[in-house]
Formats: sequence, structure tokens, C-alpha cells
Amino acid sequence: MRILIRVAAAAMIAGLYLGLVWAPEDAILGQVQRIFYPHVATAWNAYLAFTVVLVGSIAYLRTRNEAWDRLAASSAEIGVVFTTLVLLTGPIWARAVWGVWWTWDPRLTTTLILWFIYVGYLVLRAAIDQPDRRARIAAVFGIIGFIDVPIVHFSVTWWRTIHPSVIRPGKLDLEPAMLVALLVNVAAFTLLYAVLVACRTRLERVSAAVAALRERLRSA
Amino acid sequence: MVRFARKVGLIAFRELQAEARTKEAFVAMLVFALLVAVVFSFALNPGREAREEIFPGLLWVTFFFAGLLGLGRSFAGDRGFEPLGGLLLAPVDRAAIFFGKAAANLVLVGIVELAALPVFSAFFDIRLPLSDGRLWASLVLGTLGFILGGTFMAALAANARAAELLLPLLLFPVLVPVVIAAVQTTGGVLARALTEELAFGYRILVVYTVVFLAAPWLLFEYLLES
Amino acid sequence: MLAAGAVSKRIGSRWILHRVSLSVPDGQVLGLFGPNGAGKTTLLRILALLARPTEGQVVLRPAGHGERLLEGPALRAHLGFLGHESYLDPRLTARENLSFYARLYDVPQSDRRVDELLDQVGLALFAHEPVRTFSRGMVQRLAMARTFLHRPSLLFLDEPLSGLDAQGAVVFEALLGEARAARASAVLVSHDVAAGWRLADRVAVLAGGELVLEGPASEIGPDRVQAEYRARAQSAERSRAAWSASHGRSA
Repeated sequence: MRILIRVAAAAMIAGLYLGLVWAPEDAILGQVQRIFYPHVATAWNAYLAFTVVLVGSIAYLRTRNEAWDRLAASSAEIGVVFTTLVLLTGPIWARAVWGVWWTWDPRLTTTLILWFIYVGYLVLRAAIDQPDRRARIAAVFGIIGFIDVPIVHFSVTWWRTIHPSVIRPGKLDLEPAMLVALLVNVAAFTLLYAVLVACRTRLERVSAAVAALRERLRSA
Repeated sequence: MVRFARKVGLIAFRELQAEARTKEAFVAMLVFALLVAVVFSFALNPGREAREEIFPGLLWVTFFFAGLLGLGRSFAGDRGFEPLGGLLLAPVDRAAIFFGKAAANLVLVGIVELAALPVFSAFFDIRLPLSDGRLWASLVLGTLGFILGGTFMAALAANARAAELLLPLLLFPVLVPVVIAAVQTTGGVLARALTEELAFGYRILVVYTVVFLAAPWLLFEYLLES
Repeated sequence: MLAAGAVSKRIGSRWILHRVSLSVPDGQVLGLFGPNGAGKTTLLRILALLARPTEGQVVLRPAGHGERLLEGPALRAHLGFLGHESYLDPRLTARENLSFYARLYDVPQSDRRVDELLDQVGLALFAHEPVRTFSRGMVQRLAMARTFLHRPSLLFLDEPLSGLDAQGAVVFEALLGEARAARASAVLVSHDVAAGWRLADRVAVLAGGELVLEGPASEIGPDRVQAEYRARAQSAERSRAAWSASHGRSA
């Protein structure tokens, strides 16, 4: 755990340095392009986090092991935080490049709906007191919400499309140095995600243990 | 399969029979839908062109919100009576309970929509191409997707405190594909768009409906455990 | 026959039931007694497959079905459950409510069976009145009719006598007697030890989620049951008080 935190911290510092200082300035977009590194890194990790929610949810319903529920809940919380960061860093870039804070392009819109779905997941959890019921119902929502995302994306894409696509299949429009900065940032944020999930699940585990202990004291 | 359909029918019939006695949900939904039409007219006061542009969105938003009033009651045990318990004990599949409730909701919301449609048409002076099958395809598929997703989410929310407050919060993000595709296809038909332009929208509605026809088989029983 | 093997139920970090084992042979009634909060209703719901145990298992074998293990809807067709909720729709009439369940359970000659039961529970005159206008006792009678409608061979009865007058209690006894004669097994939860004991072949006492006493009713009299559960209730009260005191607040 200690080691993981140290490695993650080092990677974050390296990522910031590479992204904000070391990588060359974008010829057209200028300095503001640098927000691209943390933006893409958090977006990638938000998707990772929500995939983990799906895995945790399915595994919980199959095994009824609370550890899976704690993993799903922790991951959803961190995913919402990351998605919030994506939705905050995106407009900063958009304002400079497109001249508007917000535009209803498919990727933005899907991300916004994604945010709503998982905020709903957290609100749902908060509205159920009984732990096993909370785990079971949240798991069902975690699965349905995830299945829904691609359909949302298709419908939004059909609705309209103007977002720049940097990564197209088979072709990468990036300077090698920029690519290095991006990859280091993605790795750093993935480590950050791992650290946060580890901390958050441990917190959940400990508070469940405290509740069990209090119960034992009461019935003894 | 015949047995399953018969039980679905029985459950749906009982829901509708009970609703027919009091007409509580039906009257509330219908009056609400009409009221929304009036309120929108006051609030937006649209001119001719704007009317045509906002009409499909307005229509569907009204249907969704009116339908929400009825959906919220599907699994809520009010008046000291628990509507689900007896069904859970009975020799029927959990999925039959879902489809029975969904069928009843579909009939109820369908009637409200049919009643509200001519009123909306008159209020906003929009001529509906009633002989155009594409309009009906849009209305039917949109309503079906809404009811299937909505009934599922109502059962889910019923497990939580303040289920009625929670339902729209959980349902609408998940309902986005239906909102987009239903409004766009209805609007497209009204604007005499080519079928090819709308095909993708219909496809989204079909996919959504299929997903929410399949989901109850896998997941609905988890919502009913205790 | 119905049986529970080491059934435990945990809700959150609280154990509501702890390794409860019991079995009821065909044609017998088990009287289940215990103080409030002992876990009686939870146990009954687990036995009736309405809740799943955290650990342990439940075995249900409807009489006349040999060794073949039924499950799902096929098994539920043999269960009869009378709980705190009536499971009746207040907007529909007594007859409509019963007819619905009769069809749902595929009861043969459902109309005749519904009339017969309405008559038996003394609601024939009110058959076409909506349940919403019924008194509590009438609702309980109708719930009784609903429970016995499909001639279940596994019965779960949670405080079946609550809200019933003397007449209603007689009707209940008759229905239970009929079922017993047809070799049904039943679990009857009651806080009224004297009334429950009279109907039981075996008795069990549940306290603090554990089975503390079990045996044939002929050996364990109502006084013994009463004494057992009073003692348990007091000790539970004491430990609760002690816990509260140690935490400096009232329970």
C-alpha cells in the first residue's frame, strides 16, 4: 500500500512535469492544449472506474460477497469525481478553442449523461439503509446503467457530431513527445485511481467491521 | 409460454381492473398532460414556425412526465396494502410480474397519449399525418421503450426511501436514447423527412426496447428479494 | 414436510437468526413462540422462500409429492402464507380478489371454490363490496380465505388470529383442521401462547434469534413455553439495558 502510494505520487509529478513543461507547445492551439493530458487521463480512468463498477456489480450478484459491493461503491465514487474533472477541464479547452464553454457534441453529451447515471447510483445507495439490500439494488442499477451507456452514445452521435477526434483507428495525430506525455499521464492517473480505490474500500471494510463490533457489544 | 402469457395477462388485468375502479392514476395523468399543454402555451407563446419546431419535443416531454405519475405507483405499497407480496408468493415467474405491470402501464399511458394527442394538435395547430405509419411507429416504439425502462426503474426505486423522488433521477439519464430517438423520429415525420434519415432513430428505439425486454429476465428477480 | 437446516440471517452487521434447525412432518402444526424481536417473522419469511437465509438451507416437500424436489413456481403453488399484510387489493371486491388468486394458482373450478370459501369465512354477503370498506376483522377473514384457497400443503401463518373475533377463530381452526387432515404441514407464529399451543402438535420457542426449546406439545405445556420466553425476554432486556448504560444513552 505504502509503496503503491509513493509510486503513484511520483508518477503524478512526472506526468505533470511532462505534460505542462516538457511536452512541446501545440503549434495551433498553444499552451491551452496542455490541459489535454490530464483531461484524457481522467476520462480514461472514469471509464475504467465505471467498468469496475460493472464487474463488481455482476460479481456481487453472483457471489453475494460484500467485498465486491465495496469495490463497486468505491469505484463509482471515484468515477464520479473523475468524470466531474473531465467535465470541468473540457470546457476550459473548449472555451479557448471553440469559443464556447459547452457544446452538445456527442462525446461531451455522453460524458454528461454518464455523470448523471453514476450520480444517480450514489444517490440510490444513500437512499437504502439495509446493507444487503443496498448492495443488491445498486448492483442491478450498476449493470443497467453501464449497458445503457453505448445506446446513449449511439443516440447522441446520431443527434449531432462536431467533436475533434484525435485518436482514429490506425492513425495517431500526435507528436511522439506528446504521446509520451499522454501515456505517462494516463499511467499516473491509473495509479491514482488504484490508490483511491484501495483507500476507499479499506475505509468501507473498517467501518463495516466497526458496525459489527458495536453489534456484538450490544448483544453480548 | 402460453401459461406465462396467461399469467402476465391476469396480472395486467387485475392492475387495470383496480385502476378502473378509482381512475386515480388515469385522471391525474390525463389532466396533467392537458395542463402541461396549456402551461407551455403560456410560457413559450410560440409563433407558427417555432410551434412546428418545438411540438414533438413538447409532446414527448409531456408524455414522459405524465407517465411518470403512473409509473411511480406501480410498485409503491400505499394505503397499508402491499401489492407485491401476494404475487411473490404465487406460482408465477418473477418476469411475469414485471411484464404484467408493464403491460398495465402501457395500456394506461397509451390511452392517456391517445387522448392528449388531438388536444395537443389543436392547441398548437399542428396537423398530424395520421395515415403515416411512421408516426405510429415512432409513438408506439417510443412509448414501449419508455414503459419498459420506466417500469423496471420503478421496481428498482421502490426498494429505496422516497422512491417517488428518486425515480425521475434514476430514470431520465437511462431514458436518454428514447428521449432523443422518439422526439427526432416524430419530428422528422412531421417535417416530412425521408425515411432513410430517420431509420437510425427507429433502430435505437428497437434496440432499447429489446434491451429492456431482456433485462427483466436476468435482473428483475434481484429487485424483488428481501 | 418442511425443514430448516442451520438457518442464519444477517441484516447488515446484525444476526437476526442464528443456526435455527427445525422440521415439521406432514400433517403436523408447529407452534412457534417467542418475544418481540426474536426473529419469528424473519424465520417464517425465510421458510416461505420470501427471504433468503445468509447461511443454511430450507427444504420444502409438499405432501404427496414423494422425494421429488420441486422448486420455483411449481413449489410456490403449494405454499400458503398468512402474514401481517393481507395481500389484497383494497380497490377490488372480496370476490374479485379471491378470483384473481384462484386463477393465478390455477385452482380447478375456481368460481365454486371462491364461493365456498367466501361462505366459509362468513363474507358471502359482502362478496361484492370493495375490500377498502372492510373492517380489520373482515380483511383478516378474507386474507384467511386467500391463504387456504388453493389447498396449500405447506402453511406459514404469522399471528393468524390477530383481529379475529371468537367466531373468526373458530373458522380459522376449521380451515387449519381441514388442511391438517389433508396432510399439510404448518408453522404457526403466535404471541398468544395459550391459543397457539392448543392448535399445535409441536412447539418451539425462539429467543434472540436462537431456538431455545423444541419438542412435542404433549410434553411441553403452555406454562413451560410461557416461563421460557419470559426468562429470555428478561435477560435480553437486562443485556440491552447494560449495553445502553455502558454507552451513556437510552435504548
